[in-house]
Amino acid sequence: MGMTMTQKILAAHAGLDQVEAGQLIEAKLDVVMANDITGPMALPIFKEMADKVYDKDKVVLVPDHFTPNKDIKSAENSKAIREFAREQGLSWFFEQGKSGVEHAILPEAGVVAAGECIIGADSHTCTYGALGAFSTGVGTTDIATGMATGELWFKVPGALKFVLKGKPGPYVSGKDIIIHIIGRIGVDGALYKSMEFTGEGISALSMDDRFTMANMAIEAGAKNGIFPVDEKAQSYMKEHTQKEYKIYEADEDAVYDDVIEIDLAAVRPTVAFPHLPGNAKTIDEIEAMEPVKIHQVVIGSCTNGRMEDMRKAAAILKGQTVHEDVRVMVIPATQKIYKQCMKEGLLDIFVDAGCAVNTPSCGPCMGGHMGVMAAGERCVSTTNRNFVGRMGHVDSLIYLASPEVAAASAIAGCIANPEKVGDR
Amino acid sequence: MKALGHVFKYGDNVDTDVIIPARYLNSFDAQELASHAMADIDPEFVDKVQPGDLIVANKNFGCGSSREHAPLCLKTAGVSCVIAETFARIFYRNAINIGLPIIECPEAAKRIEAGDEVEVDFDSGMIYDRTKGTEFKGQPFPEFMQKLIAAGGLVKYTNSKR
Repeated sequence: MGMTMTQKILAAHAGLDQVEAGQLIEAKLDVVMANDITGPMALPIFKEMADKVYDKDKVVLVPDHFTPNKDIKSAENSKAIREFAREQGLSWFFEQGKSGVEHAILPEAGVVAAGECIIGADSHTCTYGALGAFSTGVGTTDIATGMATGELWFKVPGALKFVLKGKPGPYVSGKDIIIHIIGRIGVDGALYKSMEFTGEGISALSMDDRFTMANMAIEAGAKNGIFPVDEKAQSYMKEHTQKEYKIYEADEDAVYDDVIEIDLAAVRPTVAFPHLPGNAKTIDEIEAMEPVKIHQVVIGSCTNGRMEDMRKAAAILKGQTVHEDVRVMVIPATQKIYKQCMKEGLLDIFVDAGCAVNTPSCGPCMGGHMGVMAAGERCVSTTNRNFVGRMGHVDSLIYLASPEVAAASAIAGCIANPEKVGDR
Repeated sequence: MKALGHVFKYGDNVDTDVIIPARYLNSFDAQELASHAMADIDPEFVDKVQPGDLIVANKNFGCGSSREHAPLCLKTAGVSCVIAETFARIFYRNAINIGLPIIECPEAAKRIEAGDEVEVDFDSGMIYDRTKGTEFKGQPFPEFMQKLIAAGGLVKYTNSKR
């Protein structure tokens, strides 16, 4: 029986010729990552199992959630993983100023590559599927075990196959496509499964589009999202990593639980309304409604804080002024992206328009700091979750959107169509 | 092993942000986390919950973040078992790894109501609603997971292998 791309990677890492959906396996890990929330909690658990990490080149720590540290407790947590990284001699500890949001910095710094089996103690670890890796989020005990042993148990997932065709229109990017998909299948539509993206439409998607889509696979309940390794992915890895990588392809006769066709040309700018990422509405539906007035816009995060996102937001904000009722936070996801924004003059565009430009951090995405909301406030955000209370007060509301919709909304003061910014 | 207590009932897609909001994640002290359990979905939960009580919910319980703080705060608050139609996968792993009993049972999730007194027999997977006099058969754990649970969680299982 044929295997999916994910199943092939898992089989190879379990030392098996063949695996099938539902099978429980123990697989070897190529990268084990934790952050300043999950990492400190893992250390005492790790110490019950080992004194030394299984491989100092494969255990990665990234303080990014509550950094620059928002209070004393989070400073203690960052300190704990910093000291652990030094004591263990870890090759990859991403300190502030040389770092960024974990799922942006790991691909950028070449820590992750195609064909690998990767776990991270953060649910959005599925991002690296964009490079053709099996990559999934786990909890603290799992990550501590991975750090100690370099192995972990997995249930081999079944898969949904998404066949992408056509080309997305202007102002439609990975964010619109993935919200559209979650809207179609629901927030548990891929529960326990892989989302395998295939089809000729993939060639029209940039690597940044793919990172955004793989990143939000978890929002459909998926174990992982994965893309084939085409020329674009290979040239990305050539530029970013020294690692040798391996390309896996799904078998012709791989078994899928469902095959779903997505016509990229038909996807419209799409926004997820509170309080679920699958609560998708197209910009046309939104324009037919009463305007949704907003108080805040966030452009950044592991979902949409990459260079293309910055360029797209800047193209809309150039020469414009942020609406008087709106506060805008732009957060480039890594130092390198921040510097590139500086070089290209994007920081001038953001600041001149009236945006606050912040240092790389998860920041307001999960209500940590740098943009927490009060009761009754509404935010258009390029982040990945719009759950109750996610970004602050339990009575605040989050609308998930692309950088272009977010930028257009910042100017209009309500959720707005980026196609029409020039019209005003 | 058995669980016995009264039920707190919730709907679909109870996410980890409402189980334990991120504003409390600067700590991983179990007691402190437990004092904020379910803060953003049921602020009265921590005052009402008694040791042994159960949570019953519909589909995709524990969706969202990978924070193990979520099952940990429920276990520490006294929750003896979570019954749901389905669980989000990371929550499912985390619950097993820290020893919070969970059972998938769509029928029980649908029919048990808030306040019911419910008993769960983990060996047989049977769920008894003592208030209504009804019973349900939960989905048993695969053998490998039973081994994990019997060993006392993933850490002990890992140590026992080496």
